[in-house]
Amino acid sequence: MSSTYLWFTILSMGIVTFLIRLSFIIAWGKFEMPQILRRSLRYVPPAVLSAIILPELLRPNNAPIDFSLGNARWVAALAAALIAWRTRNALLTIGAGMIVFWVLQVMIKD
Amino acid sequence: MRELNSRITYHENIVYNAEIMNLSSFFSGIRAQLPILLGVAPFGMIYGVLARSAGLPPEIAQAMSSIVFAGSSQFIGTTLFRESAPFVVIVLTTFVVNLRHALYSASLAPYVESLSLRWKILMAYLLTDEGYAVGIARYQQLPSNENVGSSHYYYLGSAMALWTTWQISTAIGVFFGAQVPAPWGLDFALPITFIAIMIPALADRPSALAAAVAAVVALAAHDLNYKLGLIIAAMSGIIAGLIAERFTKHRVEKVE
Repeated sequence: MSSTYLWFTILSMGIVTFLIRLSFIIAWGKFEMPQILRRSLRYVPPAVLSAIILPELLRPNNAPIDFSLGNARWVAALAAALIAWRTRNALLTIGAGMIVFWVLQVMIKD
Repeated sequence: MRELNSRITYHENIVYNAEIMNLSSFFSGIRAQLPILLGVAPFGMIYGVLARSAGLPPEIAQAMSSIVFAGSSQFIGTTLFRESAPFVVIVLTTFVVNLRHALYSASLAPYVESLSLRWKILMAYLLTDEGYAVGIARYQQLPSNENVGSSHYYYLGSAMALWTTWQISTAIGVFFGAQVPAPWGLDFALPITFIAIMIPALADRPSALAAAVAAVVALAAHDLNYKLGLIIAAMSGIIAGLIAERFTKHRVEKVE
């Protein structure tokens, strides 16, 4: 693989990625967006975040789904979700979630 | 004359206050991204080491971090380079892996419509999973789409913090071959931070249903390559939300 080929390839990768990221940001307001698209936008954050979070908790490294109490990530995440729901305080949620996670990890190892 | 002076001072104060607001938003954005960075840094080092072991020259491996700036596609790209995959395969794979960013682009678009082209280009270049999650949380807290104030500085702070961390950590992997496992499970900070962002966004039943459907599909489709599981799950969740909205129309309107 020549250096020119490598540079050309990563530049192409970068352009493709950038254009995807720019797509709607640049087109919004310039074209009439269908109503269904506008309405669907409010569901992007809950859908995307949930789709990223759950496999991280229940299937780390592509493992089979583990709902058990021995899964420290899962239990700590449930605790964090409860705190987030009751307090809506991000810092408290993250701090408490990490502490529960560490405590559980120590307990599970012993 | 005195009146004119006080008018100028008044005007300067407004400009001054706007600058203070922008700066304070910028630093709030950095702060919001901090927990995630703890997990991103070890990940960046691993990328650097993998890219070198795949035979990429150091300057190319490092340039990929700033030119592509997308963790998953950099990892997959590195694997494809090692297997001497054809150019078309590498670029098409990058397209599929990063297609989810179109969702983020659409989601942010209404909030940034009034910004200059330069801002839009900068925000698009810096758009990642982490940058989107932290940024959209801020935009959703705003009372209306019209008054976005200094939120783009908040996004910039959070995205620049991620960008800087990614460049430095991949450089440590590329040039020093150093790699540390995420100590004390710090990579867990990412899902936890996302939970802190997502839960308050579940304001109504259609949103909660969108999250639930996306979760189930994501778990089932997690074995699919190229992040296809994520995009299928997200689309399923969005469609579920839209359908639920039809049935709970009056509820949604009341919330809004």
